[in-house]
Amino acid sequence: MKYIIAIIQPHKLDDVRKELENVEVNLITVSNVLGRGRQKGYTEVYRGIQEIGLLKKTKIEIAVNEDFVEPAISAITKGAHTGKPGDGKIFILDLNEVVRIGTGERGGVAIG
Amino acid sequence: MNSGDTAWVMTCAALVFIMTPGVAFFYGGLARRKNMLSVLMQCFLIMCLMSLQWVLFGYSLAFGPDVGHGIIGSLKWFGLNGVGFEPYDGYSSTIPHLAFMIFQAMFAIITPALMVGAFAERIKFSAFVVLMLLWTTFVYDPIAHWVWGGGWLSNLGALDFAGGIVVHVSSGVSALLMAILIGKRIRSNGGGFAPHNLTLTVLGGGLLWFGWFGFNAGSALGAGGLAANAFVTTNTATATAGLTWALIEWRRLGAPTTLGIVTGALAGLVAITPACGFVSPISSIAIGAIASMVCYMAVTAVKAKFGYDDAFDVFGVHGVGGMWGTLATGLFAEKVINEAGSNGLFFGNVKLFFIQGFYLVACIAYALIVTWILYKVVDALIGMRVNREDELVGLDLTQHHESAYTVLE
Repeated sequence: MKYIIAIIQPHKLDDVRKELENVEVNLITVSNVLGRGRQKGYTEVYRGIQEIGLLKKTKIEIAVNEDFVEPAISAITKGAHTGKPGDGKIFILDLNEVVRIGTGERGGVAIG
Repeated sequence: MNSGDTAWVMTCAALVFIMTPGVAFFYGGLARRKNMLSVLMQCFLIMCLMSLQWVLFGYSLAFGPDVGHGIIGSLKWFGLNGVGFEPYDGYSSTIPHLAFMIFQAMFAIITPALMVGAFAERIKFSAFVVLMLLWTTFVYDPIAHWVWGGGWLSNLGALDFAGGIVVHVSSGVSALLMAILIGKRIRSNGGGFAPHNLTLTVLGGGLLWFGWFGFNAGSALGAGGLAANAFVTTNTATATAGLTWALIEWRRLGAPTTLGIVTGALAGLVAITPACGFVSPISSIAIGAIASMVCYMAVTAVKAKFGYDDAFDVFGVHGVGGMWGTLATGLFAEKVINEAGSNGLFFGNVKLFFIQGFYLVACIAYALIVTWILYKVVDALIGMRVNREDELVGLDLTQHHESAYTVLE
């Protein structure tokens, strides 16, 4: 099992969700986050004074069984890609255990 | 006594009242999240404190019978003694003296509240309370007396219809001095000083524009043509100034900002304040346009050059806008509009412009000297600034033990 964390552009979230649904990955956790990569943030102007702020990003978290890892990565990449700086990153971590709170099921059966 | 005049002035008192909550939200939106309530609280505290100060002794100091030489009113009207249902002919023969008093009370409330924007996000609340009470008593009350209470400046022929100097310049320059004395804010991690909620700033700006009709048109102290003229010039100057600021930004920065158009409108409101009952609607277009130009320079170039941290630009908008409006009155005033006024420079009278200039210098000098003394006294007794850790955590939690926004449901 793998735990996939992706940081993407907020306006690409709908595209990423569509692509994930196409490969039957329906479970997803999304949060608003702030961050910066190599492009070093975004300039806002208040009364003529520039403020360099962190960029608004969207964080996606998905737990998947091994068979779904590569399809999920391709789906996220396809949905989030614009080719410009700031498209984001995907991090893949090993996942030791999953517990479904409602039934107490564990492991691969509990993930979907 | 005239019931129309009385109804209008009391309605205007309520309109001016709403400006202080308006200022609170205008500044609150510009603050960082952790200081939102402290800004609202400071404005609300002033509403309570100055209401009492005014009926107990502030009104008497500002508008009471002169103690001599036009310097200050006496305490003869302490606790509103003798201020009753009957008109006081010295101020208005058509409305109850009490109505005039409460209309003026709203001005004494908003003036210190305007200064909150300069020292926001780092002032200790207890010290703030004491400083505001002293400032209103020793700076606002005397200047109001000089200009409106039969003091020495009104005898000189200086014109200030609704408080360009008394309210805006006096608070603007005093606030600048306080901002310099208290020092700069500590920047947020990664975020600088970006406003936390500009929607509230726009709401506050809207309330200010709305309330300002009472501020300016109410200063006619009657429901007639002069009030209508003040209403129209106020709206026209404000609209022009909002547009002008947006156009300046569009040209210089590539995009007009929401904060910019609201700030511009506010600059227009400030600048037309001393002039609104003496100038024509067409003149008010020029006053509004130039207000945005000079205030834009003040909040961008001047502030950056000198490096002071006037957090929400009290000086840049109220101080500078008020100075321009006071001088503009000396340029654009017409006796055709107001028989009790004078002609300005553009209408053949050079003298008024210099009187207005003298009036500015006198009030600025007085406000700066007394503010400096009061600040030093309170700083020595209580300490004006919160400690570094409290400032980093935010004034909401450290000064008031609460938060503006919850994170969890």
